Amino acid sequence: MTKVSMTVNGKAASGDAEGRTLLSSFLREELGFTGTHVGCDTSQCGACVVHVNGVAVKSCTMLAVEAEGAEVATIEGQAAPDGTLNTIQQAFQDHHGLQCGFCTPGMVMSTAALLKENPKPSEQEIREYLEGNICRCTGYHNIVKAIMAASGQDVSAIAAE
Amino acid sequence: MPKDTGIGASPKRREDVRFLTGTGNYTDDINLNGQAYVHFLRSDMAHARINSIDTAAASAMPGVVRIFTGADFEGVGGIPCGWQITDKHGEAMQEPAHPVLAQGKARYVGDAIAAVVADTAEQARDAAEAIELDMEELPAVIDMKAAVQEGATKVHDDLTSNLCYDWGFVEENKPAVEEAFANAAHVTTLELVNNRLVANPMEPRVAVGDFNRATGDSTLYTTSQNPHVIRLLMGAFVLGIPEHKLRVIAPDVGGGFGTKIFHYAEEAFCTFAAKALNRAVKWTSSRSEAFISDAHGRDHVSTIQLALDADNNFTALRTDTYANMGAYLSTFAPSVPTWLHGTLMAGNYKTPLIYVNVKAVFTNTVPVDAYRGAGRPEATYQLERVIDKAARELGVDPVALRRQNFITEFPYATPVAVEYDTGDYNATMDKLEEIADISGFAARRAASEAKGKVRGLGVNCYIEACGIAPSNLVGQLGARAGLYESATVRVNATGGLVVMTGSHSHGQGHETSFPQVIAEMIGIDESMVEIVHGDTANTPMGMGTYGSRSLAVGGSAMVRATEKIIAKAKKIAAHILEASDADIELKDGQFSVAGTDKSLAWGDVTLAAYVPHNYPLEDIEPGLEETAFYDPANFTYPSGAYACEVELDPETGKVSIERFAAADDFGNVVNPMIVEGQVHGGIGQGIGQALLEAAVYNDEGQLLSASYMDYAMPRADDLPFYQVDHSCQTPCTHNPLGVKGCGEAGAIGSPPAVVNAVVDALQSMGKDITHVDMPLSPARVWSAMHE
Amino acid sequence: MYNFDVEKPTSIADAVAALASDDEAQALGGGQTLIPTLKQRLASPSKLVSLSGVAEMQGVSTDGGVVSIGGATPHGVVAAEVAQSYPALAALAGNIGDPAVRNRGTIGGSLANNDPAACYPAAALASGATIVTNGREIAADDYFDGLFTTVLEEGEIVTQVRLPVPEAANYQKFVQPASRFALVGVFVAKFADGVRVAVTGASEDGVFRWSEAEAALSANFSADALDGLSVAADGMMADIHGSKAYRAHLIGVLTKRAVAAAA
Repeated sequence: MTKVSMTVNGKAASGDAEGRTLLSSFLREELGFTGTHVGCDTSQCGACVVHVNGVAVKSCTMLAVEAEGAEVATIEGQAAPDGTLNTIQQAFQDHHGLQCGFCTPGMVMSTAALLKENPKPSEQEIREYLEGNICRCTGYHNIVKAIMAASGQDVSAIAAE
Repeated sequence: MPKDTGIGASPKRREDVRFLTGTGNYTDDINLNGQAYVHFLRSDMAHARINSIDTAAASAMPGVVRIFTGADFEGVGGIPCGWQITDKHGEAMQEPAHPVLAQGKARYVGDAIAAVVADTAEQARDAAEAIELDMEELPAVIDMKAAVQEGATKVHDDLTSNLCYDWGFVEENKPAVEEAFANAAHVTTLELVNNRLVANPMEPRVAVGDFNRATGDSTLYTTSQNPHVIRLLMGAFVLGIPEHKLRVIAPDVGGGFGTKIFHYAEEAFCTFAAKALNRAVKWTSSRSEAFISDAHGRDHVSTIQLALDADNNFTALRTDTYANMGAYLSTFAPSVPTWLHGTLMAGNYKTPLIYVNVKAVFTNTVPVDAYRGAGRPEATYQLERVIDKAARELGVDPVALRRQNFITEFPYATPVAVEYDTGDYNATMDKLEEIADISGFAARRAASEAKGKVRGLGVNCYIEACGIAPSNLVGQLGARAGLYESATVRVNATGGLVVMTGSHSHGQGHETSFPQVIAEMIGIDESMVEIVHGDTANTPMGMGTYGSRSLAVGGSAMVRATEKIIAKAKKIAAHILEASDADIELKDGQFSVAGTDKSLAWGDVTLAAYVPHNYPLEDIEPGLEETAFYDPANFTYPSGAYACEVELDPETGKVSIERFAAADDFGNVVNPMIVEGQVHGGIGQGIGQALLEAAVYNDEGQLLSASYMDYAMPRADDLPFYQVDHSCQTPCTHNPLGVKGCGEAGAIGSPPAVVNAVVDALQSMGKDITHVDMPLSPARVWSAMHE
Repeated sequence: MYNFDVEKPTSIADAVAALASDDEAQALGGGQTLIPTLKQRLASPSKLVSLSGVAEMQGVSTDGGVVSIGGATPHGVVAAEVAQSYPALAALAGNIGDPAVRNRGTIGGSLANNDPAACYPAAALASGATIVTNGREIAADDYFDGLFTTVLEEGEIVTQVRLPVPEAANYQKFVQPASRFALVGVFVAKFADGVRVAVTGASEDGVFRWSEAEAALSANFSADALDGLSVAADGMMADIHGSKAYRAHLIGVLTKRAVAAAA
């Protein structure tokens, strides 16, 4: 066991990890950030996406010890301290961009990374960017719409509004 | 103007806030003090005799608490099957024992042979690798038709063959059907495969068993769509625990799609082991494990024939299907290819004579059971594909052929034993033609051709049967359960309500939509209503959520209970207002006496119920809490028409979905936003089945598509925006809300639309291709083009 | 996963020493392939030597018509950094895996692993790259040695990849629908002295150069020059996503498309 320390959502956090402990397990089981989910074991589904030092990573495909000293952002740190949802979260709720909620943390974190790189992505850019985030519930329609709305685009013309 | 509250409004989902902030409570988020972890050692052979299991070395590994094998479960019940089919000879289906851990033989890759409980999950897995297994590989039966050949290796030695049942429906119709075929002007025949799928809710299954030695109570936390069903099946049939000593909790559940209906051995194991070890035991499935332990779906091989007269009227239909059961009977497996499939073969059409044969077959594969739609997609796919093929053979417009044969008068009794109460199939087809802009297709086809692509259009209809019921009928059909739903409505003293429902939400948004109904009935704000579900300790016995039944059955139970509440509240109001019960009206949360200005607020009456000072104690009890069990009189029959436009790359065979439109009739709609979301998701899964997904076994019974590296899940860039509409509404006549159910429609209606569109594209290239089996992968389409 | 120790050296020398000190040690690039492999317990290293902290293996530079990429540079960085200098390579790097994978996966890790369906081997081979290790420089033509095999020795690390920038180039990737790896990928690179065509995803022997196409395109760099040329289905991979014949066919289609896009 090694002691691993990092900053999670702006607060210092530390715990014990083996060499093999994944960042996702460390966050969930050692630090109690259970909002980060694990939906596959081949680095495909993206339910586990968090930000490490400002970039999106799949926390199930990164060792906890590799995040030593890093700034980690998870879904738990996205809303304001008073609970107000951030723009992306609010857009997902407004546009019914989630159903069972299991993929949602990864979707929100990937969206945050996308909008940082590309503040007004086109529909096609959004769909391509979400290649590593699988949702089984929504057929993606309302996720894509929510992301367009979160980036300030008019979604009123999109089908089934 | 859309409503902003009550039935027909689309309030934002209240459950979203916890899901969006990482504060949901999924089963894997639950950790109990001192819990141990189990790892299941699963067979890597499809069929093998277990000669011996030596756990000595493994037991000595670090952290190991105990290793269980089949021997530990001798005398413990097996996993029960919840539906018995009677075959065409009047005999009961063959029903093999289904042990919690394999006894003597492993029968599929993934069959659990031993269970290692250890202090950590990794220690359990480490020790599982140290178990010395002496296994003798046996020939595996994978192909269904080969499995029922004389002399085929048997999956279960104690059964007479691999045939679970040979079902004929309606057997008495068979001679008349044959005669109609003999007299037909045209017969269209189609052989097709309904591809085997893995449901793949994004949350893998998890079970945590707990035991309290002081009270003797067992608790199971599990990823289930129906905790009461699990409690009954596991308590009564497997472990012998009476319900009052067993609590099953299904907290936030990350998608189900059918595969979380069933009672699984892992649930029984964790509950059993927690008691045996006096310690909580947790199992978390990996995705890889899910592929070989979650029940799969579909997997039918069918031949369908449609007979038409000289005027292109459908005169008869017959279909022969082989349905894969896998190695054991999962909870509702036998019902899927029979009552959920045969009864739907009439579709939207007035075909007078229908005969359905289904042979259910055991193979050395993962058990197969209900997956979104369950039987109805298989029926719809066959029917809508054969109609399309018939139209092409006859040189008529496929939509016109459908319209000509639509059922137009309701109620309509089909020749396959069901009675459609309402529907308007021309209306949904009209709506579809409008929203899909069918008339603009020719121009879009020309535009595609101009860039070297080929465009195709596929249209089809579907009918669904939701909310299977009534219980006495399904009992006659072999169900070993009732199919009612329950609700307890508890009104608190200050007027807020809690609804304890037997329905279970795992993405459907009941916490938002159910309060809309109550708010509408009483005339109060939705925020005054809270929904409790998913815990057998605080909800009445209910059957859970599947088969698009929650609002139609569970919602109806809630309405009935609320009606009782209102009736009692009116009595209280009448007493206080010194009026007759019959003169009390409830509107906008106010009780008033008809024709007077006397009124009383909702909260005054609820307070009186719990502080019964001025109260008719001689006539009614204090308190305001009512329970209702609702057992529907009939199924509900949503229907609709779907259209898909594809673009095909002739050089690579790659198909892309360019447009998709769905016009559904769900009867009345409580929350349009949620309904549309359900349709979107169903379409996504249906397109997945049509283009991408397949659970493929090799001849040795190894699952070749056993992870997301080979099982193609639909991703955002595989799918378009969908045009959906539910404005055609023929309300259900026999439930109080007039609702029909919307959860499965998208998955039922969309696969034939996609395949019809691809065949249309191929034919427009001059290819004489009448069918390509799903999934229409680039390789498969290209191969079809070059055969 | 089996357990292992993790070392995080900060220099190539320390990394090499860490690997040399233990027969069972293995280098860890971004881990995007290795970690899933470890999860399946298909490998049991005693120690992983993480290369992500080795600063001298990070980054991209362009000099004299050659793009040099540090072995530990993630795909996402490559995609951004060579967008101007080598757009075809940028497009390839920007379409490996998904954005989160591209933030971790590295060029050195990809080339060391040599997955037969990976994209980078096609770029390296078509570009006539030099694979630089801690001990030597290896021409791409000599580097790849079949499925998941290269000429790298135990403990040898890909520290840098130098890719000559072609006059024109394009990569066409036809994705396997599930994994999104290349079912077939074709990289066409036109240099002053000839055209190189490298194919990934298709062959039982891993990435390879399609010499007939190279000859035809060197004479006439147009899609039409490929008319009549085809790759034999024999020797191609076959799986549930595509037959040998289908893969062979795709090579022809994608090569034409790459030429058309590059020309």
